[in-house]
Amino acid sequence: MRALLARDLRLGVRAGGGFGLGLAFFLIVTVLVPFGVGPETALLARIAPGVLWIGALLACLLSLDRILALDWEDGSLDLLATAPLPIEGVVSIKALAHWITTGLPLVLAAPLLGVLLNLAPDGYLWVLVSLAVGTPALSVIGTFGAALTIGLKRGGLLLSLLVLPLYVPTLIFGAEVARRGADGLDVATPLMLLAGISFGAMALLPFASAAVLRINLR
Amino acid sequence: MSLWEYANPVKFIRTTDVVLPWVSGLAVLCLTVGLIWGFFFTPEDYRQGSTVKIIYLHVPAALMAINAWIMMLIASMIWIIRRHHVSALAARAAAPVGAVMTVIALATGALWGQPMWGTWWVWDPRLTSFLILFLFYLGYIALWSAIEDDDTAADLTSILCLVGSVFALLSRYAVNFWNQGLHQGASLSLDKEENVADVFYHPLLLSIAGFVLLFVALVFLRTQTEIRARRTRALIAREQQG
Amino acid sequence: MMVTVTDLEISRGGRAVLEGVSFVLAPGAALILRGPNGVGKTTLLRTVAGLQPPQAGSISGADDRMAYAGHSDGLKSMLTVAENLSFWAAVFGREDIDAALAAFDLRDLAARLAGSLSAGQKRRLGLARLMVTGRPVWVLDEPTVSLDAASVGLFAAAVRAHLAAGGSALMATHIDLGLEEAAVLDLSAFRAAPRAAQADEAFL
Repeated sequence: MRALLARDLRLGVRAGGGFGLGLAFFLIVTVLVPFGVGPETALLARIAPGVLWIGALLACLLSLDRILALDWEDGSLDLLATAPLPIEGVVSIKALAHWITTGLPLVLAAPLLGVLLNLAPDGYLWVLVSLAVGTPALSVIGTFGAALTIGLKRGGLLLSLLVLPLYVPTLIFGAEVARRGADGLDVATPLMLLAGISFGAMALLPFASAAVLRINLR
Repeated sequence: MSLWEYANPVKFIRTTDVVLPWVSGLAVLCLTVGLIWGFFFTPEDYRQGSTVKIIYLHVPAALMAINAWIMMLIASMIWIIRRHHVSALAARAAAPVGAVMTVIALATGALWGQPMWGTWWVWDPRLTSFLILFLFYLGYIALWSAIEDDDTAADLTSILCLVGSVFALLSRYAVNFWNQGLHQGASLSLDKEENVADVFYHPLLLSIAGFVLLFVALVFLRTQTEIRARRTRALIAREQQG
Repeated sequence: MMVTVTDLEISRGGRAVLEGVSFVLAPGAALILRGPNGVGKTTLLRTVAGLQPPQAGSISGADDRMAYAGHSDGLKSMLTVAENLSFWAAVFGREDIDAALAAFDLRDLAARLAGSLSAGQKRRLGLARLMVTGRPVWVLDEPTVSLDAASVGLFAAAVRAHLAAGGSALMATHIDLGLEEAAVLDLSAFRAAPRAAQADEAFL
């Protein structure tokens, strides 16, 4: 398991691994929003938590099809399925590697991009916390979507269609934490619910992803 | 004689061939009577005027939008556990019907909301939930049509339906949390006093029955089509091989 | 422990391709599957490898003892030869990759990125992977594709050494490896009678 994680991380940061693409996309979304809604700082401050969450979510979505598709194309998945690792473990590790290479950088970049959007001073901490708690759910749900669409040509668009509705609860609670945090309100309830979704997804979805992967491999 | 016998495709077609005309006829009857009664022979609401009459389309469609998904969930579980082909095909057949019901509910809701709330669309929890439900239907249908192998498609969409149901419930809860909303509470329930008045109630029940029967008829018909398509493919495969 | 395949029926794309396939693979033995294209060699090997369920029949002794090599080698082009091998060794809970590098003449290439190798070199690396798994049953699908004569010799030697050490090999191949001890099984004899696969039978 550790070897698989190490390999995926190494592949992620080597040339062609797509590391940084998600970050660049996050930056682009954040820069485009003020062009779209106007430069008024009060407005930007108000929408900043939501924009940061949506930007992170889209950046995450962009890299989902790489989680499993590359290993599928070069036959590694067939070989991993015959290896002494449970497939549940393989998909969990894949999701973890995706989170470390994509989710974590987004979490860390979000406060910096918050500056561009004139995020309220109280918001920085809560944007960081909500993304840190919520992005693992995005990776795990995304891995499920990636496993569903793995054998399909042009599965990318379908993957987005399947995953986006599954992302709704995470987005709602995550953005709610960030929004309330920026407004200086109590964040405990949505934060608990966000954490609940995250942990629930981490605990249960790998079984669904593994079942789907087994079906797709046969 | 067990219920599972109807999971045999041939038997299913033979049975539904007999049942289908009756179900369709009853559906047409209930819908005609219910809608005409509702539209022309009920008083206008003192507050909402004649716009209230859209309730006879809106409420049944919304009910069926949810019930269709529940039916798909049950059919998917039957496929996963007992692997009856008819069950998987019935789930597949129900999806577009459910999606259309969702669209009807959303569209009539918008038409109703415009004069009532002064806007076609608000991000109210109920409306938002239905929009999300519609996205789930779209994803489910798209996944079915993207996979070539029938059994693989049935397996994958069943799992999607299970996982999707959990997330649909979560979304429902999440949007409630996110926005309290304008939409009135449920119009119908068995234990509450404040149901709609009796004059509206009876035609509404009739049109709900009509929608249920319509749904059943459409699902029977579409399942038959799916079975026949599958049968055709199997026959062609046999011809080519022999 | 032997690999025993009993009365296996397999299907591909919803159609039965082979039925009544039975064979036994004892330690130290090799079995070569023959048959025209499309007869079901790959499907049979994937079934033995546990990647797809059989329609009927049983396979025993292959689970968790088998290393599979299919048409693609599962190599990562952005990892070096040594990194690729070490990864697979670690997945199977082992460390030593030197013997495998030596057996397939990959020592000089160990630090090269797998993406820069020729097709034949990649195949050699893919086959070297079998050795680092330490598993006794090799299940090989067309292992000699894109190998030159010298590399085929290396491969045959590796298989022979594997058999001598008590391992066994099940492979589909068209060329003669010079493994005179290997038995040959022609799959044409097991072609399934023309009929729909089980999945479709209910519809007819």
